[in-house]
Amino acid sequence: MNIVIIKYNAGNIFSVEHAFKRLGIEALVTGDKELIQKADKVIFPGVGEASSTMKYLQSTGLDKVIPNLTQPVLGICLGMQLMCTHSEEGNAGCLGIFPTEVKRFIAQKHEEKVPHMGWNNIYEVKTPLFDSRLENQFVYFVHSYYVALCEHTAATTNYIQPFSAALHKDNFYATQFHPEKSGDIGERILKNFIENC
Amino acid sequence: MLAKRIIPCLDVKDGKTVKGTNFVNLREAGDPVELGVRYSQQGADELVFLDITASHEERKTFTELVKRIATNINIPFTIGGGINELADVDRLLNAGADKVSVNSTAIRNPQIITEIAKNFGSQVCVCAIDANFENGVWSCYTSGGRNKTDKELFRWAKEAENLGAGEILFTSMNHDGVKTGYANEALCKLSEMLSIPIIASGGAGKMEHFRDVFTQGKADAALAASVFHFGEIAIKDLKDYLKRENVNVR
Repeated sequence: MNIVIIKYNAGNIFSVEHAFKRLGIEALVTGDKELIQKADKVIFPGVGEASSTMKYLQSTGLDKVIPNLTQPVLGICLGMQLMCTHSEEGNAGCLGIFPTEVKRFIAQKHEEKVPHMGWNNIYEVKTPLFDSRLENQFVYFVHSYYVALCEHTAATTNYIQPFSAALHKDNFYATQFHPEKSGDIGERILKNFIENC
Repeated sequence: MLAKRIIPCLDVKDGKTVKGTNFVNLREAGDPVELGVRYSQQGADELVFLDITASHEERKTFTELVKRIATNINIPFTIGGGINELADVDRLLNAGADKVSVNSTAIRNPQIITEIAKNFGSQVCVCAIDANFENGVWSCYTSGGRNKTDKELFRWAKEAENLGAGEILFTSMNHDGVKTGYANEALCKLSEMLSIPIIASGGAGKMEHFRDVFTQGKADAALAASVFHFGEIAIKDLKDYLKRENVNVR
């Protein structure tokens, strides 16, 4: 199977590449539009800032390519946020794959620190990305912006309020958490994406 | 619910893990990658690797080690030690590190915190602070506890937060290696003052100390080294204990 990890000006690509290597999968890391379009499955990772990353995607034309992909696509963290319509981070217009917005966390109590950083449990998991054994498991989050619950929510987690830990619409899947940093549980989610989505 | 984190810390010198007490008397404790893999399998939530080598040649070797860590480990890890400029951060993140910890460099040049946050995001920037309680004041030290500065812990931590640090890693030099518990009073004050997570370091000797640092010290994460390296506390047992004590852990 031909797996492509989209290379752009965002961090953490090395970790995603190596997570697949640990599953025995050699993914191709590239920003080449044709190679991305021809892939069997596409990973859209990301750690970074929304508005500068969107500018980069626009300058390379990847902003036109990604929403039109027809094979299964998995967005991770910033990748998921960029797949929404708009992000409050840098007031960025995004790719518009998921018809929902990305908002900044506003702490309600002092103990609620931002960023939401660390291991939190996911629940009400749906779609082939998850299986029933993944209900209530801990995964690793690092983010200051979130997507509210919506019709495309594929997993929920609770920090300050319940929000979307994962999204799904048609061939597009996305996780707010980092499966590549979530130990064995994360590796199972990546495996599910490869085998079941 | 967000879990409290347990973070083994590995001091690395010449490619080997070392750990001393009160910043001196180094003892060898094994291969850092093997140890890291073992800890992640046992349930560690994150790992910290501190590069305590000095020369340029050794630094290059350390970057190769970071790549080997990233290749083999499936939980987040932070790299600290010897970060002097933005290029060092870029090099370590490209080698697969998730976060970097700045200490002496940030005291000398606080703007580096803002630069790291702006270029790579606040979550990447851990501001490590070594402080010693003396004459009624928590004084900050640089260079692994060798040089006293005019910075005071609480003011400096607040400044670091304002500059864009994503987390504070506070090591109490008074408590480090002594194994009589963490500096819970100072930690609690830090935690209540700041709106970013606090990682507690220095003083773990018994499982009760971890419970206390979360309940009394209000820390978000607890870091320890020798109790894990020398097998005094197994991470699995520690987590089972904390669950029984109603601390939310993974």
